Parts: sequence; structure tokens; C-alpha cells
Amino acid sequence: MADAAFAPPPGLAVAEELPDVIPARKRLTGVWGFVRRRPSVAFGAALLGVMALLAIFAPLIGTVDPGALATSKRLRPPSAEAWFGTDMLGRDLYSRVVYGARVSLIVGFSVAVLASIAGLVIGLVSGMVRWVDGAVMRLIDGMMSIPPILLAVALMALTRGSLQNVVIAITLAEIPRVARLVRGVVLSLREQPYVDAAVAAGTPAPMIVIRHILPNTIAPMTVQATYICASAMIVEAILSFIGAGVPPITPSWGNIMAEGRALWQVKPTIVFFPAIFLSLTVLAVNLLGDGLRDALDPRMAKRL
Amino acid sequence: MTSVVLRRVLSTLPVMGVVALFVFSLLYIAPGDPAAVIAGDQASPEDVERIRAGLGLDRPYLIRFFEWVGQILSGDLGTSIFTNMPVTTMIAQRVEPTLSLMLVTLVIAVGVAVPMGVIAAWKADTWIDRSAMAFAVLGFSTPVFVVGYLIAYLFALKLGWFPVQGYQPLARGVGPWLHSLILPSVTLALVYIALIARITRAAMLEVLGQDYIRTAKAKGVGQRRILFVHGLKNAAVPIVTVIGIGVALLIGGAVVTESVFAIPGLGRLVVDAILRRDYPVIQGVVLLFSFVYVLVNLAVDLVYVLVDPRIRY
Repeated sequence: MADAAFAPPPGLAVAEELPDVIPARKRLTGVWGFVRRRPSVAFGAALLGVMALLAIFAPLIGTVDPGALATSKRLRPPSAEAWFGTDMLGRDLYSRVVYGARVSLIVGFSVAVLASIAGLVIGLVSGMVRWVDGAVMRLIDGMMSIPPILLAVALMALTRGSLQNVVIAITLAEIPRVARLVRGVVLSLREQPYVDAAVAAGTPAPMIVIRHILPNTIAPMTVQATYICASAMIVEAILSFIGAGVPPITPSWGNIMAEGRALWQVKPTIVFFPAIFLSLTVLAVNLLGDGLRDALDPRMAKRL
Repeated sequence: MTSVVLRRVLSTLPVMGVVALFVFSLLYIAPGDPAAVIAGDQASPEDVERIRAGLGLDRPYLIRFFEWVGQILSGDLGTSIFTNMPVTTMIAQRVEPTLSLMLVTLVIAVGVAVPMGVIAAWKADTWIDRSAMAFAVLGFSTPVFVVGYLIAYLFALKLGWFPVQGYQPLARGVGPWLHSLILPSVTLALVYIALIARITRAAMLEVLGQDYIRTAKAKGVGQRRILFVHGLKNAAVPIVTVIGIGVALLIGGAVVTESVFAIPGLGRLVVDAILRRDYPVIQGVVLLFSFVYVLVNLAVDLVYVLVDPRIRY
């Protein structure tokens, strides 16, 4: 109130303007600011970035042919030549583990994307069309009562092991979870006043879905997709590990561990290197998922 | 009350029906022709057709499905292609190790996770809370077999405290039985602990914000009593529900844990069956696991209807 025109009424004192005793807190911006504010998310993102780079540039980072046999160099310990040592067929473990990142990331992301799209469509239809809902939900309840790993394993028993079949099997096992989530969101969105308003204004049903319902399902679905990505990587490794996944010739982390299994008491490195990479990748995806959840749904962030 | 229970019990029927339909279809669309296998290489196409008709394989899908359901209800899960033994016999031989593994895991997981979640909620936003939740994220991210090899390496190979592999039947005494189960159970429990601890913390945070907790504090009720009697009792519904849902994790994890620790249980059976394409066995085990899962969750819900007056369907 430093206005010159303002004259205080008689008898009323006006306090002097106080200096700002609390300096405005400078909000850190840019990459460093994000790292300071959300260290775990930044860590997850960095870790996943490193894994992705490893997978993409696998042939360029000191690797040799991951399938090249060298019977004279079997079961070597880690050395300057073979960074992680060699396996029982003399193959370079470092190269195999780096190439293994490709399988895990491809499976994780393909399943996350495919299961999200399929689940979104099923969930939308089920949430919007009453007569479909009952049948679809019974089907989904049934599918969800078969543990996902068992479902994927059973599906893999029907086909030959290939990367494509692994992706399909895990996707089918994960779809019910997304579909149920989307349906739940749709059912609550339908009751929103703005949907009523759109209906009253004569908006055609497909337009309501596209403009008013669909955009609001994206946030919870993205969070779910991250967790599905992490879970798909674990299921892929388990399938490979028990011999029902990608063909043994492909160096996937699960396959490397399955091969190292017979010898793990004498040569634990063959099992441990892929194990560490797998755990770190899954951890990275989970941390990102938690970060996304906190960013997109602050209410949930407080509770969990 | 009776009608509530009855309705909940009946609601599992369609679910079980879908599971049965799925598992039946698995065998129906499985590659390979059982009739041709039985007939052998020398058989003429007519012989194969005769055997097919004899087995009833030439009849429509739905008829065969209902016959198969009838068979299951009378306790017949078919015969293994590989060993020619009834699937029920094979399953019966393998039930004990898997059931033991799951029970010990359940005890360990609930015993660790619930206090952990309660304390994390009590000490919310302190380093205790943060490390408990960091542990939970780690538990979620570390695949079961990674945990298995890690603790087997440490506690069996390096320290020699526990056997590296194998299972001792309960008939040989509780001591050896438990001794052989500790490492596999801890392995399997980790992800389960992570799940239960997170939900326990969330449910407790919700309850601890309620007015009656403040009233209890004002009355001078002890901290432990507030947490475990006033708090945990009211937070129990989501916790027990997630324990039921988490049984799916246990089942999936058992398949892997039994492979890592060479335990001759149902998980091992289904893995071997997959490698041999022994479809009747796969069918039987998947069916059994799914029904157990449905029944566990039914039991959880029913207990709540009976015990908690706030719940009505």
C-alpha cells in the first residue's frame, strides 16, 4: 500500500513496509533440479537409459559374437580379454549378457504396449456397453484366477519357443489386468457431470468416448503399463529359465542363467551376471513407474 | 447373512467355469493327435479313425467339454501321456513339498511384512519408513530365482548353514523338514513381503488418521495397543485381501523356487510336463492351482462377511 493517494484515516497507524525476511526459495530447474527433487526416478531413468544404450549398441561396445564357441577357453574367470569370463562352451559371457538386454527390453516394451492397447479397447467397450460387460468381466475374472506365470507357461506349451510367441503369451496373460483397470476408470468417469453435460448437449457416443473418457484413462493406464513392462521382463526370464521361453540359442538373461544352473555351485558368475542385469533393469522400470504414479496421481502418492 | 454367503459362493461358479473352459481348450488345441500316437506308425488311416471314434475325439467341442467336466467332478484328471499314470496320482505324490513350501512361506511373509508395514506407517516419512519401502521396491524388482541363487550361495554354499538343494519329507521329522525349507521359503517370501508390507503401510496410514485413534491417544492408550489393536484391526480388510490375492505370486514363484532348490513339488511337475509336452499333466496342475487360488480368495471374503459387521455385499 505504498500508493501516494492513499491517506490513512485519522487515528489509525500504518505499519511500515517490512523487508522480505524469508527469501523466495529458488526452485531448481533443469536436469539437476529434477535429480535433486526426485532422485529415485532420475536414478531409474538413467539406469534404464544405460540398459537401452547397451541393447542398441550391443555390437559396438567391446563384444564379440555371443554365440561364438571356443572350447579351448571354457569357464575362464573374468579377465581383460573376457570381462565377465566365459561359459562352459567358451562363449564370452560379457557379450552374451549385453545382447541379452535386447531380449528383455523388447519383450518388456512390446508386452507393455500390446497389453495396454488390447486392455484399453476391451476395458472401454466393457465399461461403455452394458450387455457386453457381464460376459467380458466373467471371462476376465476367470483369466485372472490363473496365476499369470502359469498362464504364460501353459500358452508356451502350445507353441514353439520364439520371441514372438513369448511376447504373445505374456501379453495374453497381462491383458485382463489392464482391461479391468480401464473398465473401472470408465465406470467412474461415466458418472461425471461433464459426461452428463456432453450427453445433454447431444454429443454422439463415440465422440464422448474419444473426447471425454479416453483421455482420462491414459494416466492410470500408463502407470499400469510400466508395472506390466517390469512384470513381463521377469516372466520372460522365468520362461527362458525353465526352458519354455525364447530358443536356447538366443542369449537372453533367463537362458544364460538356465545354462549356468548346472554349474552354478562351482561357477556362480554365469548365473550372477545376468541376474544382476535383470534385477537392475526391472528395478529401473519399477522406479520409473513409481515416479509416474506420483506425478500423475498425487492422491495415490500419499497413500502408497 | 446366509444369502450373502450363498451369493458369494455361487459367484465363484462362473469363474471356475471359465478356468475349466480355458484349461480344456488348452488340450483341445494342443498340437499332436493322440489317436495317431496311440495307433502307432503302422496304423492305416482307418485304424486311426476307429481309435479316434473309440476315444470320442470325433465329437463336438462342447459335448467333449461337458464330458470332461463330468470326469473331473468324479475325480479323474486323465492319464499322463509320458508316464501312463493317472494325473491325480502324480499330483498327489507332489502335493506335500509344494504345500509345505507355501505354508512356511506364508508364515514367514506375514510374520515379517505386517509388523514392517505397521512400523513404516507409524514412523511415516522417517528413515525407517523410507528404508522399509526401499526394501519393498527391491523385493518387487528382484526375480525369485535371483534371490534364490543369491541366498543359496551365501547361506548354503559359503556359510554351510542350510542344505543347498533338496527336500526332506515331513515324515522324517519336523526338524529336517523345516531345515530344508528355510532357504526356499525365504526366497519365495521376499516378493510377498514387499507386496504385503506396502499395502499394510497404506492401510495403516489411512486408519491412523482417523478420529478414534486421536481419541485413543488422548485417553493415554499405549502406543503398541493403538497400533496393533485400534489400528491394525481396522486396517485388516485390505491386508488380508492382498494376502489372498498374493497367493497367485506364491504359486508362480513356487514353480521357479522348486526348480532352483530341486524340490520335487507341483511346480517341478508342471515344468517337466511342459518340457515333455505332457498336456494332461499341465492341465491338471493349472486347474488345481487355479481352483486353490479361487478358493483361498473365497475363504478370505467369507471370513470377512462373517467377522466384520461393516461388510455387506
